[in-house]
Amino acid sequence: MTAAGLGPVLLAHGGADPGGDPWAGWVVPALVAVLPAAGYLVGAGRLRGSGRRWSSARTASFLLGTVLAGVALSPAIGAGTAGGHMAQHLLLGMYAPIALVLGAPGTLLLAVLPVRGRRAVAAVLRARVVHLVSHVAVAAVLAVGLLYLLYLTPLYALSTRSEPVHSALHLHFLLSGYLYAWAVAGPDPAPRRPGMAVRVAVLVGAGGAHAFLAKLLHARAPELPPGSGHGVAEIERAAQWMYYGGHLGELVLLVALFAAWYGHTGRAGLGVRPDRRLPAGTAAERG
Amino acid sequence: MTSTGARSAPVDRRRSSLTGIALGIAVMAAVDEVVFHQLLSWHHFYDRATLDVALLSDGLLQTVYLVLLVAGFFSFAELRRRGTLARRSAGSAFVLGLGAFQLFDGLVDHKLLRVHQVRYDVDLLPYDLAWNGAGLALLLLGAVLAWRSRDEGRPADRGR
Repeated sequence: MTAAGLGPVLLAHGGADPGGDPWAGWVVPALVAVLPAAGYLVGAGRLRGSGRRWSSARTASFLLGTVLAGVALSPAIGAGTAGGHMAQHLLLGMYAPIALVLGAPGTLLLAVLPVRGRRAVAAVLRARVVHLVSHVAVAAVLAVGLLYLLYLTPLYALSTRSEPVHSALHLHFLLSGYLYAWAVAGPDPAPRRPGMAVRVAVLVGAGGAHAFLAKLLHARAPELPPGSGHGVAEIERAAQWMYYGGHLGELVLLVALFAAWYGHTGRAGLGVRPDRRLPAGTAAERG
Repeated sequence: MTSTGARSAPVDRRRSSLTGIALGIAVMAAVDEVVFHQLLSWHHFYDRATLDVALLSDGLLQTVYLVLLVAGFFSFAELRRRGTLARRSAGSAFVLGLGAFQLFDGLVDHKLLRVHQVRYDVDLLPYDLAWNGAGLALLLLGAVLAWRSRDEGRPADRGR
């Protein structure tokens, strides 16, 4: 295998590998799942070893994310069909990133790094380009905008023929999905993150755009995606998965976002807003 | 009045009502999806009469319903934690929300945008009448309850 061929293979699903050892298709997905998981577990172990706490729920979430990403790239998902592609896209673009983000890998990294390493991470987070792509609106356009390009242009047909394009798409799904989930609901700190109202508004826009595209695919199944070669019924079913699968992802993101708000409000002792809700007896009701 | 934990704070009628409306709309939207789309299969995911703009409005609205469901749930939990939940106001607003969704869905989604119909291969008129009649009834019931709970949490001696 040449070095040039390695990149595409790394993110391609194993099912595309013609002939050869049936287990060969599992090597790359296993690595995709195991390497980040191992790194995370080492970090969490070191933190606990030094007497600090690290949430088991976060660990479980991150491990789930690596498993989902591995499954998406494995031969277990038949990528030759419209449904197989849709399952891959939902796993790589939504569910794996959400689970990874909720594992707060950035917080863990900052906790275990020595001071110099922390400074380096902080410098990266201060970079203007990071501010730009991690803004929730930009992340939403990167994540959902590409889907419009994919399904309304011949890009989808190209991706089923070209492994490099297919692999690049998968990488884009995973990265843009991660950015978006982090920007909306990430427990990890983010530079200049906008408030709840902006994040919820962007989520409505992005979720609406996602559902609209799914219904458009369903309504125009004979024509879209251009040159896909899939049957109409197959595309209609995949479009329904996209629609309901998208809503499920949004639901998880929203619960994460509002649960964080609820926890923060409770911890901050904001139970009673002093400006309007003084305890009874002080007689300071609004007029 | 002695301070007895949750009872010490005055109720927040405005926020309780907003929370009730949000949950009412979201719960009826969920009933619509689960019962009429999935269990009964009366509603269709798409029918050939659907206007294109309806595909967009449906996508946006379904996401808004999810927001209302989750925001309403956590807002309700927050009101209970603070002890400022105005129960009757929230309850009447919840019924208003149920009716508002039902009537909006029956008139705008089904008739104006033609996202889908109540049921297919039947005479639609009785179904439409029942659907919108139920929405209107819930809306009126909610309005009556809201009117009757208008003084909730307001001590009589400070009544306006």
